Amino acid sequence: MSKLPSTRISVAVQAADFDLGAEHAALCDGDRGIGAVVAFVGCVRDLNLAADVVALELEHYPGMTETALIRIAEEAAVRWPLNGVRIVHRVGRLHPGEQIVLVLTASAHRHAAYEANTFVMDYLKTRAPFWKKEWTPDGPRWVDARASDVGAAARWHQVVSQRYGNDEHD
Amino acid sequence: MNIQLRYFARLRESFGLDGEAMEVPAGIVTVAGLLAHLAARGGVWAEELANGRVFRVALDQELVDFSAQLHEGAEVAIFPPVTGG
Repeated sequence: MSKLPSTRISVAVQAADFDLGAEHAALCDGDRGIGAVVAFVGCVRDLNLAADVVALELEHYPGMTETALIRIAEEAAVRWPLNGVRIVHRVGRLHPGEQIVLVLTASAHRHAAYEANTFVMDYLKTRAPFWKKEWTPDGPRWVDARASDVGAAARWHQVVSQRYGNDEHD
Repeated sequence: MNIQLRYFARLRESFGLDGEAMEVPAGIVTVAGLLAHLAARGGVWAEELANGRVFRVALDQELVDFSAQLHEGAEVAIFPPVTGG
């Protein structure tokens, strides 16, 4: 799969927090062709299922994580005309209210930026090797994967085949 | 054939180790064969890797299905379904 050469892709896996404004400025720097930037910021909630969450611990697979994120961004760049994709995912111990993930997608037009952003998050949730462990007053527990996340990623196969499938006039 | 195994998240805790070097017995050539070999250790290995339990396998840091072929020097990681984002 070859990505459009014009798409600037960068990813970061880090313990430190990120600054949306700085990330946005860095992505757009000097690119006057960008007409739309969509930003998704994921935050740690204080409630999941039944228990109060006092902290979240993010484990990942160093090496594979970065590769997987780049792969996901590249796949988005094949499907939509994108000027840039930036993904930042935090690891380590986080607390409710903290930012955990950032996805920026930049394009000439908003539809591509919106759709690519959703696509990146849906794929990240099923293909990037991160695991959440919640700390509650009753102790730690690993967060289970959700079937709805798998369904959300899978639906892109249908969307793409419907839109860009065999019918060239679509 | 020598491989490097890595375990993450709940499986790392269940197995009590984050990885190990292994000389794969002759005749085992696929991920499926390796998983059966590990499950044959019994205890938590049999429990976590039993049929019906859901886990993922990465070969050289790429998600693969269980029919993937092993090779000398491979890095094989076994972990629960991912929960990032």
